[in-house]
Amino acid sequence: MAQKESTFTNMLLTLLIVTAISSLAASGVYNLTKGPIAEVQRLKQQKAIEQVMPGFTHYDRQAVMPQNGGDSLLFFKGFTNEEPIGVAVNTYTNVGYSGLIKLMVGFKPDGTITNVEVLEQKETPGLGTKMSTPKFKDQFMGKNPDNYKLMVTKDGGDVDAITAATITSRAFCDAVQRAYDSFEELKKENK
Amino acid sequence: MTQMQNFTKGFFKENAVFVMLLGMCPTLAVTNSAINGLGMGLATTFVLVMSNLVISLIKNVVPGKVRIPTFIVVIASFVTVVDLVMAGYAPALHEQLGIFIPLIVVNCVVLGRAEAFASKNSVVSSIVDGLGMGLGFAMALTMLGAVREIFGNLSVFGFKFMEGDGILVFILSPGAFIVLGFLIALVNKFTKKA
Repeated sequence: MAQKESTFTNMLLTLLIVTAISSLAASGVYNLTKGPIAEVQRLKQQKAIEQVMPGFTHYDRQAVMPQNGGDSLLFFKGFTNEEPIGVAVNTYTNVGYSGLIKLMVGFKPDGTITNVEVLEQKETPGLGTKMSTPKFKDQFMGKNPDNYKLMVTKDGGDVDAITAATITSRAFCDAVQRAYDSFEELKKENK
Repeated sequence: MTQMQNFTKGFFKENAVFVMLLGMCPTLAVTNSAINGLGMGLATTFVLVMSNLVISLIKNVVPGKVRIPTFIVVIASFVTVVDLVMAGYAPALHEQLGIFIPLIVVNCVVLGRAEAFASKNSVVSSIVDGLGMGLGFAMALTMLGAVREIFGNLSVFGFKFMEGDGILVFILSPGAFIVLGFLIALVNKFTKKA
């Protein structure tokens, strides 16, 4: 069978049919995978909350507007049998090397950082992605930003930056700082 | 050419990376660790086999002048499908490779095989060609990734064999060019007669 001739109608029809089938296939797969993808996201958030706020029995959700403008942060206030044990904050920064980074930061009621989990990032593989390794993020554990300067050592802070990923390290600190600021703000309001 | 030759040509004689120097964008960008190279190679293999299959099926009903846009639409659809299915059912793998998957669309190995092979050959030959080319591509990427990981991070497939940080330049993009150059020289030494 010889190849079809390149007449105007032939070309138009071919492209029309091919793109129509492709869009149908793509949208079909999108609808099929929408559920599982949302479920994966939810589980991931759930797991991150458990990581940064261990031992809670239930939590309340609350959206908080940061005082410096920008998008709201999601607060998950954890309780063990009505006793507040801390807050997990879904925070973000836009100053990553490749833009948006989302973190889950856990605070004890006094403001001490329990743990940090990376939720979403697009940093350079092998460099910026090292921020989710224990070597970098574990240095935040048990520190209180009240007396722990959330800036890389190069900028006069207390955080050891990732080698060759200073911008990512700065962004990480920025996100944690944003979470802490809102956390403090909320504490004042509730008093 | 037998199907066996058709399959093995992708590994050495016509290896996409070492011989034809196709698909350099993902080759240089993602191979900073062996596992990234392997994952990218296997994802590309899947898209390559599927697009070769479909294109060899529709090759006779597509008018010559619009064949490239048609191929691209077919390839892009498969990439979208792979991306969504991975996000939904293999989240751990997707986390590792998520940002590289859309890169497959612009990989000229895929379009190159569609244009140079699948649009002229039978369905079976095209599938074999896609499989051979894809696995050859995966092999090259894994080798490149392994070398860069060994020198840059002192580990292979994520297993640290020595303490320390390694030579950073191998992880950065210049390292990709340097290692690729040496690997091509090495492959040429063994495959080409002087």
